[in-house]
Amino acid sequence: MAARKPAAQANVSKEELLSYYRDMLLIRRFEEKAGQLYGMGLIGGFCHLYIGQEAVVVGLEACTKEGDKRVTSYRDHGHMLACGMDANGVMAELTGREGGYSKGKGGSMHMFSKEKHFYGGHGIVGAQVPLGAGLAFSDKYRGNDNVTFAYFGDGAANQGQVYETYNMAELWDLPVIFVIENNQYAMGTSVARSTKSTSLYGRGEAYGIKGEEVDGMSVLAVKEAGERAVAHCRAGKGPYILEVKTYRYRGHSMSDPAKYRTREEVQKMREERDPIEQIRAMLLTGSHASEDDLKKIDKEIKDIVNESAEFAKTSPEPALDELWTDIYA
Amino acid sequence: MATEILMPALSPTMEEGTLAKWLKKEGDTISAGDIIAEIETDKATMEFEAVDEGIMGKILIAEGTENVKVNTPIAVLVEDGEEVPADAGQSAPAAEAAPAVAAAPAPAAAAPAAPKVDQSPDWPEGTPMKTQTVREALRDAMAEEMRRDPDVFLMGEEVGEYQGAYKISQGMLDEFGSKRVIDTPITEHGFAGIATGAAFGGLKPIVEFMTFNFAMQAIDHIINSAAKTLYMSGGQMGAPMVFRGPNGAAARVGAQHSQDYAAWYAQIPGLKVVMPYSAADYKGLMKQAIRDPNPVIFLENEILYGKSFEVPVLDDFTIPFGKAKVCRSGNDVTIVSFGIGMTYALEAAEKLAEDGIDAEVIDLRTLRPLDYDTVIASVMKTNRMVTVEEGWPVGSIGNHLSAYVMTHAFDYLDAPVLNCTGKDVPMPYAANLEKHALVTTAEVIDAVKQVTYR
Repeated sequence: MAARKPAAQANVSKEELLSYYRDMLLIRRFEEKAGQLYGMGLIGGFCHLYIGQEAVVVGLEACTKEGDKRVTSYRDHGHMLACGMDANGVMAELTGREGGYSKGKGGSMHMFSKEKHFYGGHGIVGAQVPLGAGLAFSDKYRGNDNVTFAYFGDGAANQGQVYETYNMAELWDLPVIFVIENNQYAMGTSVARSTKSTSLYGRGEAYGIKGEEVDGMSVLAVKEAGERAVAHCRAGKGPYILEVKTYRYRGHSMSDPAKYRTREEVQKMREERDPIEQIRAMLLTGSHASEDDLKKIDKEIKDIVNESAEFAKTSPEPALDELWTDIYA
Repeated sequence: MATEILMPALSPTMEEGTLAKWLKKEGDTISAGDIIAEIETDKATMEFEAVDEGIMGKILIAEGTENVKVNTPIAVLVEDGEEVPADAGQSAPAAEAAPAVAAAPAPAAAAPAAPKVDQSPDWPEGTPMKTQTVREALRDAMAEEMRRDPDVFLMGEEVGEYQGAYKISQGMLDEFGSKRVIDTPITEHGFAGIATGAAFGGLKPIVEFMTFNFAMQAIDHIINSAAKTLYMSGGQMGAPMVFRGPNGAAARVGAQHSQDYAAWYAQIPGLKVVMPYSAADYKGLMKQAIRDPNPVIFLENEILYGKSFEVPVLDDFTIPFGKAKVCRSGNDVTIVSFGIGMTYALEAAEKLAEDGIDAEVIDLRTLRPLDYDTVIASVMKTNRMVTVEEGWPVGSIGNHLSAYVMTHAFDYLDAPVLNCTGKDVPMPYAANLEKHALVTTAEVIDAVKQVTYR
């Protein structure tokens, strides 16, 4: 992946930069804490961390308005924090407690917020793609200008239902943005080892869907591309594909020893392309913030994350009668 | 302040592991993200990253140590210039147990009292009736509900311009337009997912599968997306929708187009499952299904589509789920069936009457919820039961009812319950073989004679 210069840099305000910094840092610190709680046995099962990919969701959330919807895979903690869901509720769901978004019944991979229009958290690879198009269908049916962001990975991009959905989304001009978070590894299989058609956004052409590749390590580049996609959808021109090239620093899940890539590869990405460090450097070199200002933000974030961990440890387990609720409406 | 580094859990099933190798030694400076050790789990050898920064004050567990329990302190991290505390490594495991929840008392075994049974009539006495086919009743039910609620729409293959592969949606495109009667490409997996997403978004889709055989392509969305989301979201959102279409054998269409899915779907918590027999039930239950806030599987039958029944003439008529219908009252044996199985059950009862055997015939109508009370009350009266269904014998609805009756009315049984089902084979094409593969009236009569010792 060639390094790119974020084109919109000149037009970005100090406030925007600070909010991106804060939002990305929250995700990173939250995920580090989740990893820690997993190590302590407080979080069980599968736990997929978003560390490294923060710029994708933060950049795209910056393009949304009230009423827009989002749906994603099981690597979902970052999406929830970015759309404004409460860190306490997310962390308590990870620990399977009453105070979690799903009252402890969903877990890391299955969380939802009607209030924030976050429609999951889906554990079946690719299932969220038609679901996202269906959410967009509901907005089109009602005649509003909301859009839906359907996030999926380079692995899901090989699922058949993705292409069934592309076909119908374009046929019916559904206002859905297909966001392919290409972090280059579907669990342990690299993109090159799973397809010869490695331009994932380009596959939309066969269905008449516009798309583009985006530098997913640059929040500014993501935001800029996101604005284009959103404008396309809101104008009633149908779906749009963003293939966002990103990188996950951690394993696929907590139990992944990550032997399919070198330590150096990860280290190089962290040192040269880290999305948070990029914004941090812009804030400092542009004299938008001092080291002390940033330390203050770091401290605020640390407090939010620590509080969420405390909440997630002390919130009680769900009452046993919860076993039998929410099966039928 | 000194920080203990604990043995981490590095997989969903790990309880202990081997501390394979230390990559840092005492006195080394540690930054967050540094690999400090290699740990062997039950799955793999994992690199263990530091979360905090500091100086490696003391290593508590030597490398090569096996069976180190999760959460055991393995090292102590100190700040620059700080001494390692004397009690380092003596702390209790750091994982705090969740506040305990009192265990609920085990449910008491159901007392074998006669259950209360609702056999109130489905429509008021004296209601005028008209003769209608199942096909017409289904179309009327959908059209009435679409007039009533603008959020209801129909999607599927050939439902619009073609007027329905089996002509169920005849005339609906003309009345409701292409916004609400939507022809899809042949992509069951995709459009079932889109419809489920639309239901998450608050609409009330009716998804027509040309046959339920094709719904196997879509079963992930039916079960994982539609049926489970209400639970997984803690009640925040679900899928108010209907999946409908012909189910079971038609005639001579072979193995891939002739499967009864009743028992499959009836197994899933979160789904409601309806399989009617008469046109009145098709109409009343379809209207109820569209109004139900849950995903409903509505299993129709191609052979029944053209069959005529008496249907009440009412402005608004629904039949509640979970209410079986005693179609024929009798004292000697209970025959329980549903859907097209009722054809054999009723025919058998007529013939048995000629032999002086007075059979009670129950149409379950809905399989989830299932009206156990009506079945149990009947068995308490007749002391014998035969079940009839078109599906395969293993894990059938009849198997389930047998177990239920054994558990709840064991002392009332005078004979083992017998299950009449389709044969345990893929559906053959040859006319004679197909006939033999399906359940038959003669088999029902034989079963009844066995349980009544005649």
